[in-house]
Amino acid sequence: MGKILMKGNEAIGEAAIRAGCLNYFAYPITPQSEVAEYLAKRMPEVGGVFLQGESEVAVGYMLFGAAGAGERVFTTSSSPGISLMSEAISYIAAAQLPVVFVNIIRGGPGLGGILPSQGDYFQATKGGGHGDYHLLVLAPASVQETAEMVMMAFPLAEKYRNPVMILGDGLIGQMMEPVEFPEQLRTAPSDKSGWATSGMATRGSRQRNLVKSLFLDPEALNNQNLLLKSKYDQMRREEVRYEAYNLDGDYRVLIVSYGTMSRVCRTAVDNLKAEGLEVGLLRPQTLFPFPLEAIRAAAGGPACQAVISIEMSMGQMVEDVERAVCGIRPVHWYGKCGGDVPTPEEVMDVVRGLLDGDR
Amino acid sequence: MQSEVKFAGFGGQGILLSAKILAHAALEEGHEVVWIPSYGPEMRGGTAYCTVVIGDRPIGSPIIKNPRHLIAMNRPSLEKFAATVKPGGIILINANLIPIGSGRDDVTDLVVPVNDLAAEAGNLRAANLVALAAFVARSGIVGFDILRRCVEEEFAAKPRTLPVNMAALEKGRQAAAG
Repeated sequence: MGKILMKGNEAIGEAAIRAGCLNYFAYPITPQSEVAEYLAKRMPEVGGVFLQGESEVAVGYMLFGAAGAGERVFTTSSSPGISLMSEAISYIAAAQLPVVFVNIIRGGPGLGGILPSQGDYFQATKGGGHGDYHLLVLAPASVQETAEMVMMAFPLAEKYRNPVMILGDGLIGQMMEPVEFPEQLRTAPSDKSGWATSGMATRGSRQRNLVKSLFLDPEALNNQNLLLKSKYDQMRREEVRYEAYNLDGDYRVLIVSYGTMSRVCRTAVDNLKAEGLEVGLLRPQTLFPFPLEAIRAAAGGPACQAVISIEMSMGQMVEDVERAVCGIRPVHWYGKCGGDVPTPEEVMDVVRGLLDGDR
Repeated sequence: MQSEVKFAGFGGQGILLSAKILAHAALEEGHEVVWIPSYGPEMRGGTAYCTVVIGDRPIGSPIIKNPRHLIAMNRPSLEKFAATVKPGGIILINANLIPIGSGRDDVTDLVVPVNDLAAEAGNLRAANLVALAAFVARSGIVGFDILRRCVEEEFAAKPRTLPVNMAALEKGRQAAAG
């Protein structure tokens, strides 16, 4: 199969099927409704389940149930829909269930707007639901990478028995780019017989499996949280992913940016290079775990004078960038979040402004 | 080298589809390509626009304020976007709905009565293909044979439309040459 032209939202649907996920429960919301449209047609073709729930709240617990029974399952939504699912996401993380969530972010807060935004960074990386849990958060910047990350998300969710979220924005969902899927149609699901409530007869086991999130005994709950923490620490060690761009020369400014925004920044870096100004770009591909060490090392570049987080939000990722840089360089922020994505020219002006008085 | 083509017109004029066909043709020629719709709270009969970016290396920003070329299917589109086109570009003007020119001396106005030509080809709804064919023939942005093939593929499920669509492409090609 060669490259075909697909919308990001369609590629998400196809990638999930090719990852061997045959259960999709969702409720439509702009700007990601094409995923449901695509899978309403495709799931029956491959013998899968397409189910439109009565609300995102219901969908969240349908995911809990199916994952608890050992099925590969996923959903897609956009910001307000993810808020509605957040209670269930906390329960799913607590019960250690592998579920894949896709959030194609629209402008917020509240109903906000339907145009691209990155305003759900905090929600995705710091919580959303209650309690001490984390999602493993992947942030694609192209349709191809979106497809690859969706396919990667299912094995990762099963490796950690933890929900994984793909965090895109409206543009990632709506634009078309060439995409190539691997030839094989399935990745083998992991062995879930040790925990899934798939039926003792089915498993041929005398062991009762119990999926739960209630631990009334304080010591048991603390131990449960320590167990969850050990998984998040393992993610921090093993799953950090990022892309470095123009970071091997004497860059004077380091941009940290992800998703669609990082592509705008990449063009700005190219244009500034043509003007003789070297700027580096570090693009986190995982937002949790966050590439703290890589950013700190890049900020310490010999010619680097400033670091800036450029995001389609009012300054969310910048808090993690500050945490990474640890004060060794000044950290700035630039962003917009009405849906009007900053242009390369705006980014270039902002970067030049950081060096004003020093040129 | 990167080229951006903005398609603009009324909702219903086939803006998104003709842009998709160009993107497909560019992909078939081995280029990098991105198709970016103006998705928003648009209504039928409102404005629709879409940008196709074609390049030889991975495409960075999908946000294009200044396209190299413009295909304007109605007057509001020309008035809104003519000033944004980069110098040296082509502005295709649908003469049936736009009685004015771009007013620029640093771009090429390609004035084509696309509605009339589509009607001559057999269906007014093929106006988007007339405009696309005229633009492709003048700009050489993709090969004309590949364009024909991509139109055939796009309408593969509707083979009855093939003669009209091919006639529309030919009308557009001739208009660009003349």
